[in-house]
Amino acid sequence: METLFFAIITLVAVVSAILVITCKNPINSALSLILTFFCLATYYVMLDAPFMAAVQVMVYAGAIMVLIVFVIMLLNVRVDAHKKQTHKVALGCIIGLFTLINTAFLIFKSRAAMPMGPYNGSIIKQIGHTELIGKEMFTTFLLPFEITSILLLVAIIGAVILAKKKI
Amino acid sequence: MTADPVDIALFAAKLGAVFFAVLTLAAYLVFAERRILAWIQDRKGPNRVGPFGLLQPLADVIKLLTKEDLVPAAADRWLFYLAPAMAAIPALLIFSVIPFGAPLTIAGHTLPLLIADLNVGLLFFLALSSIAVYGVAIGGWASNSKYSLLGGIRGLAQLISYELSMGLALVPVVMMSRSFSMTDIVTAQQSMPFIVYQPLAFIIFLISITAECRRIPFDLPEAEGELVAGFHTEYSGMRFGLFFVGEYINIIVLGGLAATFFLGGWHGPLLPPVIWFSIKTLAFAFLMIWLRGTLPRLRYDQLMHLGWKILTPLALFNILVTAWLLFLTS
Amino acid sequence: MDMITIPAVNLTPILPEIILSVLAMALLLINVFVQSSKKTYLSYISFIGVVGTAVLVGSGWGTHIESFSGAVVQDNFATFFKMIFLLAAGLAILIADQYMEREDCNHGELYPLILFTVVGMMLMAAGTDLMTIFLGLEVMSVSLYVLAGFNRANTKSNEAGLKYFLLGAFSTGFLLYGMALTYGATGSTRISVIATQAGQMGMSSGNILFLAGMLLILTGFCFKIAVVPFHMWTPDVYEGAPTPMTAFMSAGPKAAGFAAALRLLLIAFPTLQADWSQLLWVLAVLTMTVGNITALRQDNIKRILAYSSIAHAGYALVGMAAGNSTGTAGILFYMLSYTFMNIGAFAVIILVGKKGESNGNVQDFAGLGFKHPMLAVAMTIFLFSLSGMPPTAGFIGKFYLFSGAIQKGYIWLAVIGVLNSAASVYYYLRVMVYMYMKDPTEDFAWTKVSAPIALCLVLSVAGTMVLGIVPSIILQYAQEAIKLI
Repeated sequence: METLFFAIITLVAVVSAILVITCKNPINSALSLILTFFCLATYYVMLDAPFMAAVQVMVYAGAIMVLIVFVIMLLNVRVDAHKKQTHKVALGCIIGLFTLINTAFLIFKSRAAMPMGPYNGSIIKQIGHTELIGKEMFTTFLLPFEITSILLLVAIIGAVILAKKKI
Repeated sequence: MTADPVDIALFAAKLGAVFFAVLTLAAYLVFAERRILAWIQDRKGPNRVGPFGLLQPLADVIKLLTKEDLVPAAADRWLFYLAPAMAAIPALLIFSVIPFGAPLTIAGHTLPLLIADLNVGLLFFLALSSIAVYGVAIGGWASNSKYSLLGGIRGLAQLISYELSMGLALVPVVMMSRSFSMTDIVTAQQSMPFIVYQPLAFIIFLISITAECRRIPFDLPEAEGELVAGFHTEYSGMRFGLFFVGEYINIIVLGGLAATFFLGGWHGPLLPPVIWFSIKTLAFAFLMIWLRGTLPRLRYDQLMHLGWKILTPLALFNILVTAWLLFLTS
Repeated sequence: MDMITIPAVNLTPILPEIILSVLAMALLLINVFVQSSKKTYLSYISFIGVVGTAVLVGSGWGTHIESFSGAVVQDNFATFFKMIFLLAAGLAILIADQYMEREDCNHGELYPLILFTVVGMMLMAAGTDLMTIFLGLEVMSVSLYVLAGFNRANTKSNEAGLKYFLLGAFSTGFLLYGMALTYGATGSTRISVIATQAGQMGMSSGNILFLAGMLLILTGFCFKIAVVPFHMWTPDVYEGAPTPMTAFMSAGPKAAGFAAALRLLLIAFPTLQADWSQLLWVLAVLTMTVGNITALRQDNIKRILAYSSIAHAGYALVGMAAGNSTGTAGILFYMLSYTFMNIGAFAVIILVGKKGESNGNVQDFAGLGFKHPMLAVAMTIFLFSLSGMPPTAGFIGKFYLFSGAIQKGYIWLAVIGVLNSAASVYYYLRVMVYMYMKDPTEDFAWTKVSAPIALCLVLSVAGTMVLGIVPSIILQYAQEAIKLI
């Protein structure tokens, strides 16, 4: 049951991801990307991470994609009129194919033994996923969490400097 | 996973009942709005179909269904079909996390009166409400008309701006109930609804959700004076109806949320919980209609100014104050 | 409801970062109240702040303090690199004011952004957690994107900012992907835990997750330090960005990239040394060769130095491929020397250039040796050092890098490196030929050496010469610094 569900979601995710890059109309691409994000959120739910799922939808599908759609609409980009560059496409295909074969070869011949972290599914269910994330964020990852605020400040300064009419 | 057939049957019954209730309520809200507006403006309003015009919603639906379903020649057909559904479905989904009554016990089976008791219910609501924007935006885009496009862009900008202050206004609620679960939030208000502790957050939330419903004084995406009808200018028949119903479902859902977050949910003296919840929700719906009958529309820059420069800083300030008070009292 | 106990935090290791961040924020506020004609004061304040921080960082030499439950560390390695960053920032601040005044873009936000860049770089060098390193890199990169596009009226600067941003964001994706895979393979983002896990479970190139993680992380860093074939952004960004910022970003961020890459490769991925060592061998050869050969064909002096900067990344990669103490100490030494000589060269370019980024071709240096002999001498020293001639810092740096490779047994790598150095002499010498052997076509009346630039030039010349003549005083610090790794 769960495997079947996973298979369906994966199929949708892959198809919508392909649509993102093949759609001629930018809005369709953006909508396909939103669909992909939904599929990712579904994965998080299946992995007992409801908080991540909610944040995935809220931040990516909700906030970031809204901005992208906003810009597309504001510039009123209908169908993009770029030239076809067949030789570059061919080169990309060759590199992609080579990487694919290489990766497949490595995956089949290697093993991936992984250590288990301190939190498994039952502990997450018992304490609560959101609580665990909050606790980790303010204990183990306190410094990275604080650096993020500097990063956002820098981004805001940058946006003001580069975009404001008169500074 | 093995489930008791009785449980499944109860769940299905609950689902059906909620679905029916919300849709009917939405239809009658349209009627109520027209009657109340008429009353405020000293008119009569629709009173011909059935006693007091009570069958008017039915007549409206028949009219919408039998009308010609026009698609503009230059429109993006698929998106044009998709947009009304995208506007209505997130609103309906949000209702699944709202607890509308105390858990019932029927024949030894406990039946929680909400569809899905998610432990991230509040985030689920925020996530879906940020998705609800796309209906407006895509509708405006797909019509391929300048009024629709302008309406769609306005809708996007407005919803992003107010999404922020709405989310921030809910942070104190989470801080006080210490949970994202709607059930926990309601339980935490057993003795005292949060509106008593958080009047500021409630006001910010109220203004923000009014903007989320795109109701006067925030109805710029459809401002009929300048944009004909904004994002749904080109829609006709039941597709237009779907946008319309979506808006009223939204009012009910957001009313239910306001009740859950700030007004104590289904808690209340004497009357049964479901009745209390309905009273609070309908009071919010009445407030929306009242506002529409009373207030003029904001100008666009005023709208942005209010959202970014007043509500958001206030909400942040409120979070700080709440944090300090909780820290000092703990 | 149990309360979270926040672990005891020792702020000493990130005190420099805190000071610089606070100073940057204060400058942002001060900037509002300063008239646009008096922004020079902001440069003085930030320069003093940088010097003060350098004193503080220097006083931490020889200590080893971990903090934030292992997310950041204060050790000699971090201290050495932090000094390089502060030096780059200090010199860049000295040359920024006059240039920005001339180009009419002397906005006060420049200095806070430089300081934030330094904060990001410091976190990269001091971070012992993948998260810290990544966020440090992002703080650095985002500030640099803005600095590259800082001259808003100039389309080339806009192009530089946009290009840098797009390719930088793209490369960040690689880095993050690699970190995620590494985390998946080892179950931790702490470098030390990754190392122990990899050691215990015997993870080497047979473990696809671990290997792919390392490769993608390396790719991400290769973008940042402009290694061929990830160098495409470099010439355009270096040419378009305001010249002081080009100077800064060719020295500081490159060193930061090397700092983080060294720490990761040597501590977290020693079990994969056979793999990354060979990979770096190839990358080093490619980088040196492509950088030098392309530089031969350039006329614009900023583009020449951009390609030369690619080539120098290649030289430093030689030391990284070697991965032994001589090679890695060589990188530390080389990054310091490169900071002196490259920023010095850019200072001269600023003085020779005219408003609107014009007068920046090699031909425009014609006769500089007759009109401004001191400037020409300084430029000659920098160019000699860049081409690696004794008795300058560049020579000693290359000497250690290549001898590290020879110790490791990479004789051919060293040979290719030396050949490349020889080839590079051509385009450095070309500038000197124009300075001394062509008649002046212009009077260079606009070239006025202001006090801050003079200070920068003096410091750079002194640094280049002292490191070249008595390298041991710094080299012993460099060797001390890499002992922990």
